[in-house]
Amino acid sequence: MEKNMLKPENKIFKNLYNQLGWEIDHAIKRDDWKDTKNIISKGREWIINEVKTSELRGRGGAGFSTGLKWSFAPKEVGSRPHYLVINADESEPGTCKDRDILRFEPQKLIEGCLIAGYAVNAHICYIYIRGEYFNEGRRLQEAIDQAYEKNFLGKNACSSGWDFDIHIHYGAGAYICGEETALLESIEGNKGQPRLKPPFPALVGLYGCPTIVNNVETIAVVPTILRRGGKWFASIGKPKNTGTKIFCISGNVNSPCNVEEEMGIPLKELIDKHAGGVVGGWENLQAVIPGGSSMPLLPKKICDTITMDFDSLIENKSGLGTAGIVVINKDQDIIACMARIARFYKHESCGQCTPCREGAGWMWRILDRVVKRKATFSDIDLLSDVTKQIEGHTICAFGEGSAWPVQGLLRHFRKEIDSRCRDEPLIKKRTNNPYLVDQHLLENKNA
Amino acid sequence: MTLKKIHDDQPKEFKFSSENFKKAEEILKRYPAENKKSAVMPFLYLAQKQNSNWIPLAAMKYIANFLSMPYISVYEVATFYTMYNLAPVGKYFVQVCTTTPCLIRGADKIVRLCKEKISPNENELSKEGSCSWMEVECLGACVNAPMIQINDNYYEDLDEKSTKEVLESLIKDKPLKPGSFRGRKNTAPEKKQITNGEKHA
Repeated sequence: MEKNMLKPENKIFKNLYNQLGWEIDHAIKRDDWKDTKNIISKGREWIINEVKTSELRGRGGAGFSTGLKWSFAPKEVGSRPHYLVINADESEPGTCKDRDILRFEPQKLIEGCLIAGYAVNAHICYIYIRGEYFNEGRRLQEAIDQAYEKNFLGKNACSSGWDFDIHIHYGAGAYICGEETALLESIEGNKGQPRLKPPFPALVGLYGCPTIVNNVETIAVVPTILRRGGKWFASIGKPKNTGTKIFCISGNVNSPCNVEEEMGIPLKELIDKHAGGVVGGWENLQAVIPGGSSMPLLPKKICDTITMDFDSLIENKSGLGTAGIVVINKDQDIIACMARIARFYKHESCGQCTPCREGAGWMWRILDRVVKRKATFSDIDLLSDVTKQIEGHTICAFGEGSAWPVQGLLRHFRKEIDSRCRDEPLIKKRTNNPYLVDQHLLENKNA
Repeated sequence: MTLKKIHDDQPKEFKFSSENFKKAEEILKRYPAENKKSAVMPFLYLAQKQNSNWIPLAAMKYIANFLSMPYISVYEVATFYTMYNLAPVGKYFVQVCTTTPCLIRGADKIVRLCKEKISPNENELSKEGSCSWMEVECLGACVNAPMIQINDNYYEDLDEKSTKEVLESLIKDKPLKPGSFRGRKNTAPEKKQITNGEKHA
């Protein structure tokens, strides 16, 4: 079953590779800021309903309904102002879609901010960009300045009668700040450690005020949805998994790229048509990480038939996440690849919850031993147990994010792992493995 | 959380330059007056920039006073986030992404080249004293892997030859232009397909 590729006229991000120019004048030619005043004049209810009709699901990973999220914001502004916060802290390995939006389609994001800000009663919007994206942030600031010059932002933004300001806040290299409450903590000037939920940010968020946090891509598609109608967006893709999505295809493919495609496109078609196929041919495929590093990998057998949307990936015990597809072919050591991901989580754990802080490093050390063929069979059972102990026992979803990829590896590549392990030696040597101390620190003399 | 060591040789005093002082006041306007503390991250960046890319303790104390917050809270923030350097780094600070998508495309070879060309260990100044390097986690340019970040700029689509050229250009103090080193346009798919995986870094 071959699906047709996304029709060019249905593409939302027409300047994904900067072939048409990012400046505001070029963006206006691509219909950005068209009828914005008109859209806003139709009122909050209409905007939120239209977004609900479109069945847009958040593009940051969790896939929560955007319209529903907006409707959680209090209808009337009480004693506390409302805030809109845009999550541009894109750090999930395998994901680089927001970077292109920030660089080449900033006006879509800015227009989306204004509309979303109006819909949730916010006058101020903070865009939280990861610190490494310094140049992208500078570009976005230029774009914001251009929008101010045209009176699309500021007092009576776009003559809609709504005052709206956008500020950029840079992160500083902490993956965890992509978690919405950690992000808010970071803007408040604290360490980025997630908060317990509830209360949810929609009621108690930034500075204790109602706050809506959305991903860059989610907000950037909103203006087009409202211009062309929620029904149009819902007609693309599959039921409940509607619209278009930017996929980032990296790893062992012939031409890695970012591409906007329909939701629900078969993975094989996506890789073959857009990324030039797997290096060494489809038969050489070993596994695919379908949605950024925190989603469990899929072996080739599942990749043959899987479609890329939230629900069918969940059925296969994985997830669409951020749609950062990492292709791993048979030339790679799959366990080394996953051990590196485990090391990533070990490095990025914020250290607030014990299961995650200790467990992330523990998982990495065991996987590292497997790679070096020094692990025993009981180590693997222990590894499986550690992943279960982390999952569900932490404040934020980072715990799951670090445990799931390891669980995926155990689920699909148990044979490969077992082939590298040995039995527990009959006479035990003292191995001196400090489990609860960070070995990484001990190895470096500067601990 | 990362390995962070405070530099032994700390300057006694720190003050924003008059230019940065103005910038700082601009930054404060972005946040509600009662939440001045929010400005701590942008302020640390300012201090880092002013002090040749690292933050001394005196700067943290200065910022704490500026924002009327406890010194320890500033210290907490500065040590939590990886992008604040607490010890001197090279004029050209090379950060090599080694997370899985880059690793698959050959980031380990770039690390080896850094060891050869710059210094055998991470966070160590090169012989000429102008470069230092470190391994970092995903920099968010995965479809342009393998890649490195030098100061604020991304050098993408590298292979062994181009990495060597980039690193040598740093040592000569004439850095090459950032961007893709395979001549591709941003993240667009390349028309000419490389069928042989060997061509990666």
